[in-house]
Amino acid sequence: MADVMIQTPPVLQGPSEKERKYDRQLRLWAASGQAALESANILLVNSGSGTVGVETLKNLVLPGIGKFTIADQATVRHEDLGVNFFLDESSLGELRAKACTNFLIELNPEVQGDWHPKSNDSFNLQQLLTTSPPFTLVLYALPLPQDQVQLLHDYARQHTTPIMAVHSVGFYSYFKTTLPGTFPVVDTHPEETVTTDLRLLAPWSELVDFAKDMTKDIDSLDNHEHGHLPLVVILLHQLDQWQQSHGGGYPTKYADKTAFRQTVSDAMRRDNPEGGEENFEEAVAAVMKHVTLPSIPGSLQQVFEYEHQDPADAQSSFWIIAEAVKQFYKEHGCLPVPGGLPDMKAQSGVYIKLQNIYKEKARQDVREVLNSVRSIPGGEEIDSSEVELFCKNARFIKLINSEGGNAVRVDQVVDQELANDEIAAIAGPEMPLSLLPIYLALTATSHVTTDSPHGIIESIGQQAPKAASSERFLKTAQEVSRAGGGELHNISAVTGGMVAQEMIKVITKQYVPIDNTCIFDGIESRCQVLRL
Amino acid sequence: MKGRGLAPGGIKVTHSPAKVGAEAPKFLVGRQLRHTEKQPHLHLDLTETAYDAPSPVQQCTDPPQLLLQSCSSNITSLLQHAKRHPIPRILNPTARFWKMSVETQVAADAGVGSQDARWKYLDHIRRNAGPFTDPGATEDEFLAQFEKFKILGAGGLGCEILKNLAMSHFKNIHVIDMDTIDISNLNRQFLFRKADVGKFKAEVAAEFVQKRVEGVSITAHNNRIQDFDEEFYKQFQLVVCGLDSIEARRWINAMLVSIAEEAEDPDAIKPLIDGGTEGFKGQARVIFPSITSCIECQLDMHAPRAAVPLCTIASIPRQPEHCVEWAHIIAWEQEKPFPQLDKDDPEHVTWLYQKALTRAQEFSIPGVTYSLTQGTIKNIIPAIASTNAIIAAACCNEAFKIATTSAPCLGFENNYMMYSGNDSIYTYTFKHEKKDDCPVCGRQARPLEVDPKATLQELVDSLALRPEAQLKKPSIRAEGKTLYMQFPPSLEQQTRPNLGKTLIELGLENGQQVVVTDPAFPLEFNFFFKFKADS
Repeated sequence: MADVMIQTPPVLQGPSEKERKYDRQLRLWAASGQAALESANILLVNSGSGTVGVETLKNLVLPGIGKFTIADQATVRHEDLGVNFFLDESSLGELRAKACTNFLIELNPEVQGDWHPKSNDSFNLQQLLTTSPPFTLVLYALPLPQDQVQLLHDYARQHTTPIMAVHSVGFYSYFKTTLPGTFPVVDTHPEETVTTDLRLLAPWSELVDFAKDMTKDIDSLDNHEHGHLPLVVILLHQLDQWQQSHGGGYPTKYADKTAFRQTVSDAMRRDNPEGGEENFEEAVAAVMKHVTLPSIPGSLQQVFEYEHQDPADAQSSFWIIAEAVKQFYKEHGCLPVPGGLPDMKAQSGVYIKLQNIYKEKARQDVREVLNSVRSIPGGEEIDSSEVELFCKNARFIKLINSEGGNAVRVDQVVDQELANDEIAAIAGPEMPLSLLPIYLALTATSHVTTDSPHGIIESIGQQAPKAASSERFLKTAQEVSRAGGGELHNISAVTGGMVAQEMIKVITKQYVPIDNTCIFDGIESRCQVLRL
Repeated sequence: MKGRGLAPGGIKVTHSPAKVGAEAPKFLVGRQLRHTEKQPHLHLDLTETAYDAPSPVQQCTDPPQLLLQSCSSNITSLLQHAKRHPIPRILNPTARFWKMSVETQVAADAGVGSQDARWKYLDHIRRNAGPFTDPGATEDEFLAQFEKFKILGAGGLGCEILKNLAMSHFKNIHVIDMDTIDISNLNRQFLFRKADVGKFKAEVAAEFVQKRVEGVSITAHNNRIQDFDEEFYKQFQLVVCGLDSIEARRWINAMLVSIAEEAEDPDAIKPLIDGGTEGFKGQARVIFPSITSCIECQLDMHAPRAAVPLCTIASIPRQPEHCVEWAHIIAWEQEKPFPQLDKDDPEHVTWLYQKALTRAQEFSIPGVTYSLTQGTIKNIIPAIASTNAIIAAACCNEAFKIATTSAPCLGFENNYMMYSGNDSIYTYTFKHEKKDDCPVCGRQARPLEVDPKATLQELVDSLALRPEAQLKKPSIRAEGKTLYMQFPPSLEQQTRPNLGKTLIELGLENGQQVVVTDPAFPLEFNFFFKFKADS
């Protein structure tokens, strides 16, 4: 939380050229996200018809990824030109990795690009991995020989590098992210409307005093003053009245909240020229959403209850802060105040005072958490801004890949999805059918160019016997086989966009990445995310 | 922008793609014929077809010259056959719109052999029916028809759309964009470089894609979509739009619905595929004008952002945006530091920023920055390459499916895909229902809920904000009575006194029909009053 009360004098010449170029994305992931992107080093291991990986890179080069390397054994053939935009006639016969790299780096002079191999017949993935500076993230496009896939996953495990697989065939695709252990995200960017936390049922003394002071002679306020009481003050006043007439209790049940809402509405002055008051209307509208007891969402509960398989993981700043916030919650029965105040009808000065009451409480809570952090071994060096961000976003923190250690049993997922489909068949078009058949049909060709529907079904049957007899699985296998292992440019462009979004989320640690597989159906134009 | 002095049709950028000439199409048609002869029951036994599909390796090893010789003489008979036997369409209802006459000469193609090898993957999908494919999709005549498709792309997703259409093997593409390239486009509009800043987007993009993808012809129009008339739009079979304003979307929608409704011919139904993005989110939708839910039917899904009351801006600011709006609306008008506000001129934005900052300091309001100032006055929507890629390609995938019927498209059942990548990945693909009281494609007047004691001015103002209307410069007529006209000035002056009167005073009644027009749209909006009960 930058200290917003301190304002730097205006700059006369506006933003830098780089800020202007990246303006539309800086509004999403800010300078911190941009810095993470610019220091990232990406490896793409390309194969097959070779488009989906290159489309992904395009969407990373444009926002200014630091460096990328393409490893690809292929030389450019005519059929590459019909599906891959980053090649042309002059590329024919060249190494595909080199030709694509050259067309990609044109897009952004700030990005470095490299390729492997440097000459025909010198492709050596193992050598590339051992001689290159560490990669931030590895993406490989299927189909790829099993030994190469293994090599890449070994590298990812050893270097705790996130690794993604992508496969695009005909109208179908999927991609899968494998993260090194549990991946916590603090800066999840929740929708603004859900972040408001007014603490109306757990107010602190400064807030109570402020509201009391404004409403002590509420009936004698003139219409202008009455019509500019902030909704927070109105609701705190009305809640105080409610408590007095309800034995100190708060309206927490639905029926009570409805009754309370009516009392707020009844307190509105209607004998003025407008025939009502906007601030009271705002207060009435806020009752159901904001008159609530402090609680913590399941996702944060999961963080609090998380048991580390490797005690060394608990030493990271995230887990130390999480421990301190957990202590805070145990002690106070609520989370640190996030400190934001939405706009509401009020006089400027009154609103700013109220805003500062929330901000000051947030700062105070951060100080308390920071003190606990400092007392935990390893917490001495943690930056206070990291603690601030954690406290501000506490309710929206997500753990991705929290079950990373537990292997998923495909046959169980198949059973679950087939059962869901039976329900969906009754529910009608509102409930879409599972896209799991697409994933399984594509994985049947993970290491070979293409296969017959029979071959695909046979391969699926080995993983999940039930699937082999399902008609949808058969049709999906036919559809995959139909493409003959080729990509459709549009499908690879959609998929490359989604993979790039995921890579940006993982690299910047902002927004929430998938956990862990996304399947795209280009016939029905929809996705499904499953843990596989 | 009409003032640019461009004739309708604009600047035409055409790099003749013809390297070899007219033999290429013969070759294509010939191959398809042979393919059919080999599999006469292709459409009756889909499972078989899929199992027996020739492998891509087989196809690309066919010596092209030989094929060319063996098939060229079949063209005439093929065309005659096509005329006698219209292609039946069963699975995919879209196909019935593509009864394009087969008589027209197929467009010239470039580099016969290499062209065939180039489109190996795409042709493989098109020639081999899948389990969901329309049975006619792999027929020769139908494959040939695709060659003549003329398709229109427009808007902020233009770069992606052009690339994707060219890579879908559409050969005749037009693109409309009046904008010039700004430095802030370079983070996502990937056909533009720093040296292109200031040039016309349509022209640079068209030239780039034409150079990269051999055999495609792209015509650039540096215009607004509103600069063209019906005749212009009638020449296309499909329109793919990634426009950045709701107004432009409504305009093209109204145009295509009107073309569809006026003609008897199904060829007049030009599917409109529309995409839009914001941050990590976006949507893609398919409209069959006059048949399925149109953009106007869906208007309330894009409700305008609630405006800040002027009194807040003028006297009780609380947010940094209120200070920026004060600088923008009030301080600028009072001081006029430059003759005309240019929101892209850093000097102008800096002036507003300083004014806003001073005001913010006066009220102790935190958070005014240059970036916020610019974002507020320009209503900047965050945009990134990856989201644009997803949405544009989803749109072009629909265009490809509609034109080739190689797989079922969105449109008649589900017609709308919402995408969000903020929190994991989530898509919602659903059917938006057509509205009977849609002012563009419906037949009925739409209820307009009003307080009879409200003034006409209040009604006029409310039309801009109502999610279902969103009309900024409305003129209103009731049966036999002109209530308020924005144009011409004489009529405006004459009807202005009505603005101060209440609906009752104007003698208007509950249930009465009113017609609203707005210069932004080439149509009339029919409403009837629904008076609010006394509150």
